[in-house]
Amino acid sequence: MSTRERRIRITVNGQPREIEVETRKTLADALREDLGLTGTHLGCEHGVCGACTVLLDGRPARSCLLLAVQADGHEVQTVESLGTPEDLHPIQRAFTEHHALQCGFCTPGILMSTLWFLRETPRPSREEIREMLSGHLCRCTGYLQILDAIEAASRSLAESGT
Amino acid sequence: MNPDGGIGAAVPRREDPRLLAGRGQYGSDLRLPRMLSAAFVRSPHPHARIKAVRARGIRAYTAVDLRDVGSIAPRWDGDGFRPTAQRPLAEGVVRYVGEPVAVVLGSSRYEAEDLADRVEVEYEPLPPVPDLATALRPEGPRLHPDNILYRAAFAHGDVDSAVRAAPILLPVTIRSSRCTAAPLEGRAVTAWHDGRALCVWTGTQVPSLIRTALARCLGLPHHAVRVLVPDTGGGFGQKMHLYPEEVVLSWLAVRLGVPVQWVEDRRESLVASTQAREEEVEVLLAARRDGTLLGLRARIVADVGAYHVFPTTAALEPLGAAQILPGPYRVDHYAYEVLAVATTKAPTGAYRGVGMTVGVLAMERAMDMLAERCGLDPVDVRRRNLVPESAFPYRQASGLLYDAGACQEALDAVCRVADYAGLRAAQRSARSAGRRLGLGVACYVEYTGLGSATFRRRGMTEIPGHEAASVRVDPDGTVRVALSFPSQGQGHETTMAQLVADVLRLPLDRIAVEPVDTQSGPHGSGTFASRSSVAGAGAVLAAASRIRDRAAAIAGALLEASPQDIEWATSRLFVRGAPSRSVAFQDVAEAAYRLPPGGAIAPGLEAVEYFDPPPATFSSAAHLAVVEVDSETGAVRVLAYYVAEDCGRLINPLIVRGQLLGGIAQGIGEALLEHVVYDERAQPVTTTFMDYLLPLATDMPPDVREVHVGRPSDRPGGFRGMGEGGAIAAPAAIANAVADALGVQVTRLPLRPEDVLHLLDPGA
Repeated sequence: MSTRERRIRITVNGQPREIEVETRKTLADALREDLGLTGTHLGCEHGVCGACTVLLDGRPARSCLLLAVQADGHEVQTVESLGTPEDLHPIQRAFTEHHALQCGFCTPGILMSTLWFLRETPRPSREEIREMLSGHLCRCTGYLQILDAIEAASRSLAESGT
Repeated sequence: MNPDGGIGAAVPRREDPRLLAGRGQYGSDLRLPRMLSAAFVRSPHPHARIKAVRARGIRAYTAVDLRDVGSIAPRWDGDGFRPTAQRPLAEGVVRYVGEPVAVVLGSSRYEAEDLADRVEVEYEPLPPVPDLATALRPEGPRLHPDNILYRAAFAHGDVDSAVRAAPILLPVTIRSSRCTAAPLEGRAVTAWHDGRALCVWTGTQVPSLIRTALARCLGLPHHAVRVLVPDTGGGFGQKMHLYPEEVVLSWLAVRLGVPVQWVEDRRESLVASTQAREEEVEVLLAARRDGTLLGLRARIVADVGAYHVFPTTAALEPLGAAQILPGPYRVDHYAYEVLAVATTKAPTGAYRGVGMTVGVLAMERAMDMLAERCGLDPVDVRRRNLVPESAFPYRQASGLLYDAGACQEALDAVCRVADYAGLRAAQRSARSAGRRLGLGVACYVEYTGLGSATFRRRGMTEIPGHEAASVRVDPDGTVRVALSFPSQGQGHETTMAQLVADVLRLPLDRIAVEPVDTQSGPHGSGTFASRSSVAGAGAVLAAASRIRDRAAAIAGALLEASPQDIEWATSRLFVRGAPSRSVAFQDVAEAAYRLPPGGAIAPGLEAVEYFDPPPATFSSAAHLAVVEVDSETGAVRVLAYYVAEDCGRLINPLIVRGQLLGGIAQGIGEALLEHVVYDERAQPVTTTFMDYLLPLATDMPPDVREVHVGRPSDRPGGFRGMGEGGAIAAPAAIANAVADALGVQVTRLPLRPEDVLHLLDPGA
């Protein structure tokens, strides 16, 4: 049984945070339990489903496969950094307009991957979106409405220049 | 259509903003002071005697501690049923890998799992029962006094004579795979006795039934058990069962007085949550040479795993398959036999399409084979046999009364939008270029919105059949709606608010649908079997209508007019013919609580209504899949998919499409990918998402073309259930398309690449 603890510093959603965690604790659990950011969800805890995806130094990472101590000194961005319910981010807005979520459990991870993807690929083809989305499991939607939403989000982000 | 968000409006969902912002509150997000985490010690054996549990200084709770707790033992009213009683923690014998044996508590899940690892259980292995053949062997091992947990037989007409007289007899055996619902959020249970009541937060589809079951298991009155349903990450039938973990956590909470939580991990979900489907369906079609059906005989044997599940029992799947098998076709003579057989595998239960998916798979495969035998196109053999429009309401040979069935119209529509003749031509030219394209058609009728009469007739006494809603108007004129049926992603916060908005002519943002809580909400059956838009909507519309009548009476008193003369505009009520004599809905609400002098108005503005729908209203559809099979790799790609569907009137077209697409995706998974594998010793092999494959975005066709046909039902609002249709027809449509592409008979699912290669070259 490993109960060794370490103090780590992570910049989470732009805020410097300092927490004490067991060295064996996953980043996902540290975000959820120690930082109260329960928007990051755990669907499989073995790196397949993508629900726990966050951005680590701006790139998507499965937070269930990372230890919190590995994020020491790094920047983490979670779904809570996007819009609020009253003021949704353009990607989130596209998701609701296109009914791209049902139970919503896989959605935060998909939003984070999409945020990164549309920065890297501002004008993606439908095929490129499909390829990116194939890194995530969604059991409710059948994906097509998510493709529609990401396509629409890419257009609205391109138009607004953000 | 009400453009403001009433019935028929494609409005975005009201629940979306908080879910998108990461503010959903799912079961595992709940944190209570002093809460302990539970971890279960589970059987690694499919069948074994428990010799000893050694906790080595740790407090581990076992069957001995829970001896006064009731079993999970659903009741049944009727013949052929042999009960089982699953103890919340296994007592004496374990009967599937993953069955809970002991539970430990830690301050965190990490600590609880460490402690669970230190509990040592000594087992004496017993012979496993991995399959039907072993289970049915007269001298084979027994899980229960008899491995046959349910048996039924039924006959209508004279099948023997039909068979004797028929020039064409087509026997076929179809095998469906064992699937699992695999919602992205596993189960999570938090239990706490708050001094007044045992509070259980669980993402169940059937909160009222779980309350009854927990009260029964723990010997508590209903008022002392409160089931609260948090945001729930998908259910698909799997979350409509009572699970051992719910009972154990509830018992721990009562006993210890502190909150306890258990969050299922994916391995637990894949081995210890209910699975589904696994059936052998032997069908004998008797027909004329022109393809007209004369009779139908079926024997359905389901491998149901170790126990009956509460509330549906092991009869659910095979009985459902048998009842739906004749489907939309005119069948005058029908007989079936149904067996539910216990094996040492996880119990099976409901999964989207339950019974119907496999019934439709068997019938639609058989219809394609009949077409081939008669030299007909698959579409033509169906047209020849579909119950004609003029025959509805139609009493099928199964005994089911179809109130409607639009398959004839749906089949025409789907062929038209897909350009069926053009697709056949494209298929021929592709074939001459060496490409294997296939077209697959599937038609079905689906019983939806079942009422108490159906559950009673089936023997399922644990399911009441009604739903209920309360509608309360607060003094500021906003409306709170409490339901007996929670959402697992279907969007009740939106669709049920749309119903109220329609009746009361209010903007959607004035209406809040509350999370389901058995303490404050009304009693009902729950969310399953495509019932919310029929049984649930019926209750909501009735309650809203009573509010409308009460509000009209109050407005009449305020405006000094007769309630019969009150008309409604958006957020206002006025006197017919005198629009200037009006009052805001908000003022009516306020008057209900701040009574004007004179005593003309009675206080309060709320209503609770229960609705027990008539036996069933039928949805129907025709699906058409176009696939291409790579004969080198065995991979199947779905190139295009078309659906023509009668689900009555739509509440929200966006959500209807979402349900349809999600169902089709699950059907594609069931047809091409998903398979819960147990080895010959009944050890589960598919215990991660790298082994149990769910469909990805890249497994979907580029588009799904959807057409609505038919007409409103005669249920309140004109709706028919539509949550399952995609999952009912897609496996059959895909299987037929693959058979069409390969020119070989497809009789089992799934059709993974290795299965397809085997079909192409059985000797390889």
